[in-house]
Amino acid sequence: MNDATGMPQRVVVLGGGSEIARALVVRLAAHRLRAVVLAGRDDASLEAAARELEALGVPQVERTRFEANDVADHEALVHRVLERIGSVDLLLVAAGSLGTAELDALTPEVVAQLVGTNFTGPAAATAAFARAMRDQGSGRIVVLSSVAGVRVRRSNFVYGAAKAGLDGFCQGLADALEGTGVQVTIVRPGFVRTRMTAGLAAAPLAVGADDVADAIVRGLERGADVVWVPAVFQVLLAFARHLPRALWRRIPS
Amino acid sequence: MGFGRAAGSVATLHEARTARDVERVVADARAAGGRVLARGLGRAYGDAAQCAGGELVDCTPMARLLELDSEHGVVRAEGGCSIASLLRTCVPRGWFVPVTPGTRHVTLGGAVAADVHGKNHHRDGSFGGHVVALEVVGASGTARVGPGLDPERYWATVGGMGLTGVVTEVTVKLRRIATSRLAVTTERAPDLDACMARLTELDAGHGYTVAWVDGLASGGRLGRSVITAGDHAALDDLPAGMRADALAYDPRTPLSVPVAPPVSLVGRGTLRAFNEAWYRKAPRRRVGEIQSIAQFFHPLDAVRDWNRLYGPRGFTQYQLVVPFSGADVVRRTLELLQRAHVLPALCVLKSFGSASAAPMSFPMPGWTLAADLPLGSPALAGVLDEIDGVVAGAGGRVYLAKDGRLRPELLSTMYPRVAEWRAVCERHDPEQLFVSDLWRRVAAVA
Ligand SMILES: Cc1cc2nc3c(=O)[nH]c(=O)nc-3n(C[C@H](O)[C@H](O)[C@H](O)COP(=O)(O)OP(=O)(O)OC[C@H]3O[C@@H](n4cnc5c(N)ncnc54)[C@H](O)[C@@H]3O)c2cc1C
Ligand SMILES: NC(=O)c1ccc[n+]([C@@H]2O[C@H](COP(=O)([O-])OP(=O)(O)OC[C@H]3O[C@@H](n4cnc5c(N)ncnc54)[C@H](OP(=O)(O)O)[C@@H]3O)[C@@H](O)[C@H]2O)c1
Repeated sequence: MNDATGMPQRVVVLGGGSEIARALVVRLAAHRLRAVVLAGRDDASLEAAARELEALGVPQVERTRFEANDVADHEALVHRVLERIGSVDLLLVAAGSLGTAELDALTPEVVAQLVGTNFTGPAAATAAFARAMRDQGSGRIVVLSSVAGVRVRRSNFVYGAAKAGLDGFCQGLADALEGTGVQVTIVRPGFVRTRMTAGLAAAPLAVGADDVADAIVRGLERGADVVWVPAVFQVLLAFARHLPRALWRRIPS
Repeated sequence: MGFGRAAGSVATLHEARTARDVERVVADARAAGGRVLARGLGRAYGDAAQCAGGELVDCTPMARLLELDSEHGVVRAEGGCSIASLLRTCVPRGWFVPVTPGTRHVTLGGAVAADVHGKNHHRDGSFGGHVVALEVVGASGTARVGPGLDPERYWATVGGMGLTGVVTEVTVKLRRIATSRLAVTTERAPDLDACMARLTELDAGHGYTVAWVDGLASGGRLGRSVITAGDHAALDDLPAGMRADALAYDPRTPLSVPVAPPVSLVGRGTLRAFNEAWYRKAPRRRVGEIQSIAQFFHPLDAVRDWNRLYGPRGFTQYQLVVPFSGADVVRRTLELLQRAHVLPALCVLKSFGSASAAPMSFPMPGWTLAADLPLGSPALAGVLDEIDGVVAGAGGRVYLAKDGRLRPELLSTMYPRVAEWRAVCERHDPEQLFVSDLWRRVAAVA
């Protein structure tokens, strides 16, 4: 169960090898975490994340396969998870990949794959878990969106567009889940220094995975619907959203 | 959700009008392999009366008074009957409930399930000590239990937080009163030591005692408080004008908070001003003031839905008890809360008398402190965990009816008889049909 301060006991991570997810789950382990399922596709990163949680004394640490683009498996994934940990207090949706925004590289397959990884797949799996959690009568879904989806930029527009889709999906899902005991928290970080952005020049207001995790914990405590990291993005993006295209294009990114 | 308006969950609600309705819901849930739990008036602060994804039996329609023996002062009523409605019937006839919590809006089933205590605990103990018999709809049928009738199952139900079944009927002994008023002594205490010393002295001479502690006062004024001690007034205590209608009982709820404001109205500034005024307005010492039952026992009931004042995030109440040997835990607790900048809005201090025979009953001889705490502060979870450790280390415990966040690791330290109690529950309910969110959380089960 989630406790009165918002801390969960049973957690599922889609994209179990994510660095942001790791930082969050380590924090949850210091509170009430009893059981976690790390779902992902890369055995090595899952393994490393699992070992750390075991070392931290989390009583039950499980791994299972999750490929965002393999939507045919998502219903079965929910069953695998419930079989192992019984119920889900918190679903963290962390899978994502930046991909490319080079027009020449954007073959139909590449576009479909990127949209699948960042939107279709996470949305499909989230809907499947949302049904199970609604039937449980309680739980919380935390989805990693991005400021990149709030106003899409040239430098990562496929990723940004897919995040915009996922963000909108989650806003609607949150409304659809009203009154079911399941709450959705949308997290919108800016540039986070992780594997995903390795090699890119850090954008202004860059933060670390730990900062995102701290902000999410605060969001759980407050019962927040949306968490911006850093918080000033809420204001900045309100401007950015209404900036004329001609100006927006000229902002270096 | 609970009274603290946090960590809500959703279940299917079944209105029960009779014990037969309850039996039907329980049988259906059993056939479907589901979960069931009784809910009363939802005054538990946390998740005790929640059953996520299961079947909640709303006992409040099952609220009839079945039998009142006005000669011996024994009442038999359905499990959903509230203390409020019992008082309306009994007080004019010269009888009072043996124990009332700080709100009259609790059901008899809820009073048994939490083994509630009142301002008279130092003398009269908790609710379960005054019950003659119960009817309980368990997983495998309906049973009549009492202290002399299957005592093991009876004491597992008292303080058992609904996990032995649904209490459909309660027979309880009442207390004789000559008037519906209380003669009240009010005193100010400048600090915690003075407060504890005076409470101890007043306990010896009065049936009801409690101290309201200014949780924001620190340093040399830490624990400054207003103590009230009262006794049911005799006819002679009343002014002549009141004597004609000495048993009049007419509680009103004049004020209400109609909707939850979008932000909490309980902040440091408002609290500080309120606490200061309360302390200043109290007399240094006043004896023999006549108060009504509602004024003395249920002051918070004067504002309907006051829990909404805490805004959308809600609040929790932390209530601890420590043996008298651990009295300094009370001071430590106030200091730790203040250091973490968690605002202990309303604090209440009282000493408990003897413990009940029920394995899961909260009270034990010692000091109990209750503090309402707004949720949402980043320091709250950590500081409460720290206080839990201090409380457990002193041999104390926290009250599950108020809890929303206790660490599962500490359950068996605080409630050393939990395994014995679970064994009784499971003997009567091997499939563990009766489950609450509270139990899933503190026992860390899925
Ligand atoms: C303002 C306020 C002041 C309070 N002061 C005190 C106090 O001074 N002393 C004290 O001890 N408590 C106090 N409480 C707590 C309250 O007395 C208990 O939580 C009590 O159990 C609430 O009864 P309820 O009918 O609202 O039950 P609910 O909150 O609905 O349920 C509480 C528990 O009882 C179980 N339960 C309810 N009905 C039944 C039934 N028919 N059969 C079996 N189980 C049942 C539920 O499953 C749940 O576990 C206070 C609460 C408030 C809000
Ligand atoms: N870093 C940032 O600047 C930033 C900013 C805003 C939002 N976010 C979002 O935050 C989340 C976590 O990112 P991060 O920074 O922690 O990066 P990360 O460490 O790279 O994590 C991303 C995770 O997604 C997984 N993944 C990628 N494609 C997948 C697919 N097709 N199916 C299943 N899993 C897949 C990766 O698994 P593999 O190991 O198998 O590749 C990896 O575990 C992402 O959703 C990201 O979009 C990041």
